[in-house]
Parts: sequence; C-alpha cells; structure tokens
Amino acid sequence: MPDYFHGYAVVGLVAVVGVLFVAVAFGAGRLLRPMVPTSEKLLTYECGVDPVGEGWAHTQVRYYVYAFLYVIFAVDSVFLFPWATVFAEPGFGGTTLVEMFVFLGFLSVGLLYAWRKGVLAWT
Amino acid sequence: MDVLDVGLRLLAVLAAFLVLPLLVGQTEHKVMAHMQGRVGPMYAGGFHGWAQLVADGVKFAQKEDVVPAGADRRVFQLAPAVALVPYLLVLVAIPFAPGGGVGQVIDAGIFFVLAVLGVGVLGSLMGGWASANKFSLLGGLRTGAQLLAYELPMLLAAASVAMAAGTVSLTGILGAFEWWWVPWQIIGAVVFFTAGLAELQRPPFDAPVADSEIIFGAYTEYTGLRFALFLLAEYAGIVVICALTTVLFLGGWHGPYAEDLGWVWTLLKTAVLAFVVVWLRVTHPRLREDQIQRVAWTALVPLALLQIALTGVVKVVLQS
Repeated sequence: MPDYFHGYAVVGLVAVVGVLFVAVAFGAGRLLRPMVPTSEKLLTYECGVDPVGEGWAHTQVRYYVYAFLYVIFAVDSVFLFPWATVFAEPGFGGTTLVEMFVFLGFLSVGLLYAWRKGVLAWT
Repeated sequence: MDVLDVGLRLLAVLAAFLVLPLLVGQTEHKVMAHMQGRVGPMYAGGFHGWAQLVADGVKFAQKEDVVPAGADRRVFQLAPAVALVPYLLVLVAIPFAPGGGVGQVIDAGIFFVLAVLGVGVLGSLMGGWASANKFSLLGGLRTGAQLLAYELPMLLAAASVAMAAGTVSLTGILGAFEWWWVPWQIIGAVVFFTAGLAELQRPPFDAPVADSEIIFGAYTEYTGLRFALFLLAEYAGIVVICALTTVLFLGGWHGPYAEDLGWVWTLLKTAVLAFVVVWLRVTHPRLREDQIQRVAWTALVPLALLQIALTGVVKVVLQS
C-alpha cells in the first residue's frame, strides 16, 4: 500500500513542477514583454473587420447526440479494463469469451441502432 | 523514498518534456520543407537552421500579451497551462527502458494515462469559450466534439492490449510483450494512432483549427507566450501519443541488446511515428467536420470492437 501512494506522490510532484514551470514562464513573460494596450488592439479578431454582434453567439451544437453516445459507450468501456486483467485466468475458459461477445454484442447493437436512426449523419 | 532519486527523475522528465517537442517541431519544419521541394529554415544558428525554434521562443517571449476586451480574463489566461501540464504528467508514466527505466511506475498505467490525456482538451475548450470570439467558440466546440468521438476507439484499442497482457500497468505490458503481438494487435495500433492524431487535432483531423473556416479556432486570440505554450502542448502531445503507441503496440524498449540499448529503441520507434505524423500532415487534405465524426463512429469504433474480439479469442484459445 505505501508503494501505491508513493507512485502518486511522485505524480503530484510532477504536477507541482508543471505548475511552477508555467508560473515561471508567465512571470518572466510579464517582465520581458511590452504592455501598450489600445482599444483597437483589444478588439476581437474577426478576419480583419470590426466584430459584429456579441462574441458569445448562439451556435447550433449539432453533435450533442454524439456526446450522448459517447457517455453511454465510454461508461461501458471502462468496465473492460478491470475485466481485461482477469478474463484469461485459468478456469474461466470459454465462459469469458461468451461474456465478452455478449458485451460486444450490446455495444454493436447500440451503435447499429444509432446508425440506422441516422444519428451518425449530419444532413 | 530517496529524495535525490526522485529529484533526478523529475528533472529528467522536465528535460524530456522541453527538448523532445522541440526536436519534433524542428523535424517537422525540415521534413515538410523537403517534401514540398523547399529547404525550410536555414539561417538561425547557422547549421541548417537548427536554432529556429529557439529563435521563435525568444520572439514569442518578447511579444505583447493581448487579452481581448470582451474576454473572460482569468479563464483566458489560464487555458494554455491547462492544455500543457497534462502532457508533462503523462510523460512520467511512460517506460522507456527495462528495469526501472520509467519516471514512475504506476500500477493503473493505461488508465492513468488515458484519463490525464483527456484533461488537456479542457485547455482548448476554456480558450475557445473565454476568448469571446465566435470563431474561437466554434473551434473550442469542435475540439470537444473531436475528443468525444475519438476517446472511445482509443480506449477500446488500449483495452485490447490490456487484455493481451493481462495487466493495465505499462511496465507490466512491456514485460509480457512478445513480437507476434505486433501483427496480432495491428488493427488496434492503427485505431489508437489515428485516434491519437485526432485528439491532437493534427492534420487530416485539424478542422478545429481550420484556418480557411474559423481562423485558428480556439487559439485565434492568443499571442506571445500563451500562444507558444499552446504550440508546445501540441508538440508534446505528438511525443506522448507516439511514445504511447510505441509502448502499447510496438514493444517499447524491446529490440536487440534491450538491456543496454532499450531507451534507444523507444526513442527510435517514437521518432519514426513522429515522422509519420508529419508525413500525414503534408500528404492529406483536411477532413470536413462531419467526416471526422463519421470516421470515428462508423470506422474506428467497429474496428476497435473487432480487435477486442480477436484479442479475446486468441488469448483464450492459447490459454486452453
């Protein structure tokens, strides 16, 4: 158990190093660079002409269905990892294979259903 | 815990994190140029423009840091850091040589690596949202959509390797590796590498930063150092994805004289993959946004499922 925490302690230290790196870079950048803001310079860039309307414009997020699909599939797939470490243990034999194909079958049917419903095409 | 040992490892990880992406960047300059019948940078540093990226860095550091008046200031300024740091974290978990040649052994290696890689995309989303620029917002959303689409095949392909090795630890996978795994897992390898490219928004999956449609996507409003950090994140991402593909599918440090030369094999395989990344950029046109989604859901996901079935059958048949 101590080993387990040791591993993530080092990861934590790396995160600290990363944050320090960024902080030093930003700090040094502040010292090095000029600061001459003008109102033109602070305009939002839209191909060179003055921006039209609000920056946070309404957009149609057409791929929200993909997001749903992703959540469903990803939650399913996470269970693959613990299973992957034990599925070939002696004694399971064909049973795990059947289980695997049931699992893959569910995923495939889900995907096929989405496909047939036309969710995977835009127009 | 040996303080000196840990300190050295941290230093080594940071050094690799700062040097390898620059090497990839310089290689990209040169390889792209020669593929397009140019010579690329030749001036900076004298010999074939080797110091071009150093010069770029100096230029970036001197540039004014403009935050648009309408932007969500804090989030805007923080975004490059969020995009960059995850790649540093991932680098520590990647084994490069046998017998302790790894920043830190993490038992849930694959899991940790994939989880942390996903965080980097938050940086692009933050930048896209906080810029208060329509094009940035679109770019950020496209980045998010791309992650949603390609994370799944990536996860499935990685799971296939975990099944083959019977462990989710990256060092454990390399310990169990045998050469016939390469043809056995080849579908998974292609899926993983392609999905990795897409998550990095590298061509041909660069619709989120398509200059002819949305300027430079989420990074449109960035200048100077913050922009440079986003670029560094992209190239660090190339290093990480290529190294992970190497470790998971190409045997990592396995090769002749692996005991002594293991790290050379890791670097060499990673470099070859990085070359392929550049090569694809030069030779492939950009996919349209809907095509990108379609490739993921109708090609990569079924292929990854097929690989899992194949892995399972072969493994169980071998066991009995």
